[in-house]
Amino acid sequence: MTTLTLSAATPSAEAVAPQIASGPASAALWLILLPAASAAVLLLLGRRADRWGHWPGWIAPAASCVMGVIIAVQLLTADTAERVQHVDLGSWIDAGALNLRFGLLVDPLSVTFVLLITFVGTLIHIYSVAYMAEDVNRRRFFAYLNLFVAAMLTLVLADSYLLLFFGWEGVGLASYLLIGFWNHEVDRGHKISGAQALENSVASKKAFVANRIGDLGMIVAMGLLFAQLGTLHFVSVPGQAQGMGDLGVFDQVAGGGLTTAMATGIGLMLLLAACGKSAQFPLQSWLGDAMAGPTPVSALIHAATMVTAGVYLIVRSQPLFDLAPNARLAVAIVGAITLLYGAIVGCAKDDIKKALAASTMSQIGYMMLAAGLGPVGYAFAIVHLVGHGFFKAGMFLGAGSVMHAMGDETDMRKFGHLATKMRVTWATFAFGWLAIIGFPFLTGFFTKDPIIEAAFVRQEGQTWQPWVFGLVAMLGAGLTAFYMSRLFFMTFEGKSRWEPEAHPHESPRLMTWPLIALAVGSAGFGFVFVFKPSWSWWPGWWPNLADWLTPTVGPVAHHEPVVHWLVITVVTLALVAVGVWQAWIRFGAPSTVVPRTAPVGSPLTVAARNDLYQDHVNNGLLVIPGTYATRALVFTDGAVVDGAVQGVARGAVAVGDQARRPQTGFVRQYAATMALGVVVLIVIVLAVQI
Amino acid sequence: MSLMNYLLLSAVLFSVGATTVLVRRNAIIAFMGIEMMLNATNLALVTFARINGNLHGQVLAFFVMVVAAAEVVVGLAIIVAIYRTRRSASVDDVNLLKDVRDPA
Repeated sequence: MTTLTLSAATPSAEAVAPQIASGPASAALWLILLPAASAAVLLLLGRRADRWGHWPGWIAPAASCVMGVIIAVQLLTADTAERVQHVDLGSWIDAGALNLRFGLLVDPLSVTFVLLITFVGTLIHIYSVAYMAEDVNRRRFFAYLNLFVAAMLTLVLADSYLLLFFGWEGVGLASYLLIGFWNHEVDRGHKISGAQALENSVASKKAFVANRIGDLGMIVAMGLLFAQLGTLHFVSVPGQAQGMGDLGVFDQVAGGGLTTAMATGIGLMLLLAACGKSAQFPLQSWLGDAMAGPTPVSALIHAATMVTAGVYLIVRSQPLFDLAPNARLAVAIVGAITLLYGAIVGCAKDDIKKALAASTMSQIGYMMLAAGLGPVGYAFAIVHLVGHGFFKAGMFLGAGSVMHAMGDETDMRKFGHLATKMRVTWATFAFGWLAIIGFPFLTGFFTKDPIIEAAFVRQEGQTWQPWVFGLVAMLGAGLTAFYMSRLFFMTFEGKSRWEPEAHPHESPRLMTWPLIALAVGSAGFGFVFVFKPSWSWWPGWWPNLADWLTPTVGPVAHHEPVVHWLVITVVTLALVAVGVWQAWIRFGAPSTVVPRTAPVGSPLTVAARNDLYQDHVNNGLLVIPGTYATRALVFTDGAVVDGAVQGVARGAVAVGDQARRPQTGFVRQYAATMALGVVVLIVIVLAVQI
Repeated sequence: MSLMNYLLLSAVLFSVGATTVLVRRNAIIAFMGIEMMLNATNLALVTFARINGNLHGQVLAFFVMVVAAAEVVVGLAIIVAIYRTRRSASVDDVNLLKDVRDPA
């Protein structure tokens, strides 16, 4: 089956040069402007907009979504050669050697992201209307969410690294604002204690700082690109002068403008940026704490869209990485490490949101691994990204629905047996769960299996890589099955372990409809848009995501994996079955007793509960030395710099003290002093002369 | 008569003036002492001019007189002003401009 997917995506076209946008695509700026305008209105009007703030809040992304669909249809009906369009919006920065235009790149890759962001975003906005109904700051919440959507769309539509960075920082800001959304004590409606508020704001700062480390990589990469190539545009802007400095980065790279060493350096810096934004090893520690934000935020920003920006960056920079196999290998290694890391952490977490966050980390690890595999993987990274956007957002919203029912409880040890009380949440969550573990014919099966298969492909000059990456990806699939099943069974199956005051109930329709929509996406997306069967009745014009992405990421290179694809599929499914079975006998079967307080557990369990001690390592390596370094600097500043300044001042005061002693105020004494002085002078003069 | 006597007279006058300034409290008297010192100086300058056989000293004496005239105007004005506000002509009472350890 899966070979079909691979072979179906055989080369159909080479990378396409952009052309000046026409039709709906030329209005792409409105995709960004609508949510941005809504955010501005909601923020500027303040409390006056409290009563109706959620209306523009969800209508703006919905309108963007409609526009996105129109643009997508336009590109789909156009020839492949016309699917990369560029909207030029004028000169942005014109300073000496840097001549940067403000433009949007509307191509299959960015439009895929636009659809994902606006569609999933709209559903999450609608869900939030009900989820945040009791919050006194719901209007502000929607303003930040819209700001996020606008920034994220800027990120994916940008035609240059600098504009991408602008959106990159925008989503970072929105993420920071939303993680720390509950950063003050609230005692009516949605209650927040002071200690909790403090914890939330610390979590938002942690995310912000970890992201800044990644941004450093982005800035260095941009600096190197500008120094080497004199431009930051991805591709040459159509209709502009085509001198050497005007050619886009990728055109110059294709023309041999970069040495391999320089491309490797830039690639590694971009990887650092991606690690920060996408919570990849070693900058992954912020994602678990980011769950302090409201659940819709976790679904939209920390599962479906923002955290995948790193993958987008790598795939977008594909021509650079094609030139630098070592940088690509580093991407794959980071992905493989994070994949296992997230999966192991996910197996031990009892907090439902943190378990999902660990799962997100692990799934993005898959995407990074795929992106690091090069032409055999770029398309699958994006395909898995979109599929993951559906099922993970669905599961996060499901978790929010459960928390809503259980009085904001997140400890899965206090759930159990919820399937009977929350039929819709249970059923929609089940689709997400089956989709992520790769249950046959659901989305995960069509999006993750090709990555595992591609990981087993031996590329030129590789020795151990296919085996290591392949086995890690395969093992990750088994672990995914275990931890997701554990999460599902602990929440919905088994005996009830509720707090006495909990009265679980199904959520309002405004929350269940988005859940249903996302469940449909989780179930059907893979079959409809990824799987490309050879059945005669299957319409040939029907879009296939991997083929659709070809103009941007290039065709999927066909290579034979080192093991036959059937073996890979069967072994993966067997591992998944083992994972589910293990989770069932430990957490799901009716006879099992899940203790309400976590048992001590093995050293590995304890380590996984503590995020494999990443915080401890960070503390030991960075935070504590950093604290001492700043303390030493503060001390030096006080002792040396301030000491010198204050010493001079004290000296002046002391001299003044001595000088004012003789000032007694007696005129005759002054006269006597003068007379005496004259006498002394005369004596001296006489003495010198004689 | 030896020119030396003029110089001696000048020294005596200067010393008397200086002593007056140093020991008398009344501002007017102290002022007169200053005038006496200035005139003693003038006498010395004129004598030196005589000794040297040129007019340098005499010219300087004129300058001293002019400055003294101006100084008398200013000095007397200050003394009168102080007397009006403080009802005293004693130089020891005018002692506000000094190092105050404790401003309170």
